[in-house]
Amino acid sequence: MTPTTDLQRTPLFETHVASKAKMVDFGGWHMPVQYSGIVDEHNAVRNRVGLFDVSHMGEIIIRGPQSAALVDYVSTNNAAKLKVGQAHYSALLYEHGGFVDDILVHKVSDTEWFLCVNASNQDKDFEHIVAHNKFEAEVENAGPRFAQIAVQGPKGPATLQKLTATKLADIKYYWFTDGEVSGVPARIAHTGYTGEDGFEIYVDPSEAARLWQELLTAGAEFDIKPCGLGARNTLRLEAKMALYGHELTASMNPFEADLAWIVKMEKPDFVGRAALQKSLDQGLKRKLAGFEMTERGIGRDGYEVFVDGKAAGWVTSGGPSPTLNKNIGLCYLPVDQCAPGTNIQISIRNAPVAAVTVPTPFYKRPKT
Amino acid sequence: MSYPENLKYTKEHEWVKAEGETAYIGITDHAQAELGDIVFVDLPKAGATLTKGQTFGSVESVKAVSDIYSPVSGEVLEANELLAKTPEKLNEDPHGEAWLVKVKLTAAAEINDLMTAADYQTYLGV
Repeated sequence: MTPTTDLQRTPLFETHVASKAKMVDFGGWHMPVQYSGIVDEHNAVRNRVGLFDVSHMGEIIIRGPQSAALVDYVSTNNAAKLKVGQAHYSALLYEHGGFVDDILVHKVSDTEWFLCVNASNQDKDFEHIVAHNKFEAEVENAGPRFAQIAVQGPKGPATLQKLTATKLADIKYYWFTDGEVSGVPARIAHTGYTGEDGFEIYVDPSEAARLWQELLTAGAEFDIKPCGLGARNTLRLEAKMALYGHELTASMNPFEADLAWIVKMEKPDFVGRAALQKSLDQGLKRKLAGFEMTERGIGRDGYEVFVDGKAAGWVTSGGPSPTLNKNIGLCYLPVDQCAPGTNIQISIRNAPVAAVTVPTPFYKRPKT
Repeated sequence: MSYPENLKYTKEHEWVKAEGETAYIGITDHAQAELGDIVFVDLPKAGATLTKGQTFGSVESVKAVSDIYSPVSGEVLEANELLAKTPEKLNEDPHGEAWLVKVKLTAAAEINDLMTAADYQTYLGV
């Protein structure tokens, strides 16, 4: 792979290249798509533990006495209900109800909020929040100040525990704490994008390479694997976690994207609320549905979907599921044709190939 | 991985092994390594006509779909059954048992336009 100088690099770039990871351009970032192989990495996360460099993700910090009001005004979930040390999944919407981005909101204190946002959206998100900042809150585009490493899989907690005095078992799912990992300050969040147990840690970029190596050493007894974006995608798809640019775009709203649970219509007004109400009043036209192929073939992103021979929608994400050993995907369909069990056809190279809509998520981790 | 001397290679990373009027067509080790975990192979049926330089099938990895271009013209005698059930064999033995199709050559001289193993390795820069 030819290094391209205008791509952005994470603090782990040299580590990836030295480890012979296959590098790709991902939204303007030079990122590893795979190390040992997507299936091998995928299985490591499902069965043991995998390590991801997600330092390309952006961070936005909102501070001040009115910070809570700003967060609640620009995001769809009910930030006022979060306790200090708690996080939730949420969305930033345009006035017309479409997605600016999907985000994680962490409540650091009554006057400080930490948002984790998509890499390629961070500047747009920052400008969007600033444009709606009628609360005189301080908004910082803090991406360059943080490296982010995800330790995911059933052995993720045991791996990370070796490097921190913070008792990880005390951090509930979607809670976080500020502590130390390997002797340096770290924000330790019990979150992830794989459908598996695990943590995401935010540290100073200068510490990332050393921490990466220490995590690999700590996880060696569990046969930890460094993982790329390829496995991250197959893992999140099985867990039906949405990806901006695929399931979520400026022309989709959260109800269509099957994310009603992150929209709190009863809370005080927020950006996009009026448009969402109108969308509900008029009735949704389309909705995201899961499918699996019933004939030979793989429905992939962008492929057209037909029902009874008529164009009905398109695939937003699709591919093989290493865990289920099936070809799965997500697609937009008219609301009256998206119930599980609907026979659909996916146009693969202009030939219709049979698939059926199924309940989601495709994969749910066993409760421990 | 070595590139066998008895195969001829294309810039699109296919290979041909001619045995008189018949030939086997496959993808190179470089191609399988670039694709990663191969999960699906779509091949023409016996009797299909291949035209040099035209796509005749596809190989899909977890991540992507890649077209296969025919290095020669001919008629398909057989598609490799092995790959229908075990496409991952393409990652393991791309120059051997994981050939894609066996063809009857209709313009055998086309083989001469292809690269030798040495040329192909120079082309890859290895």
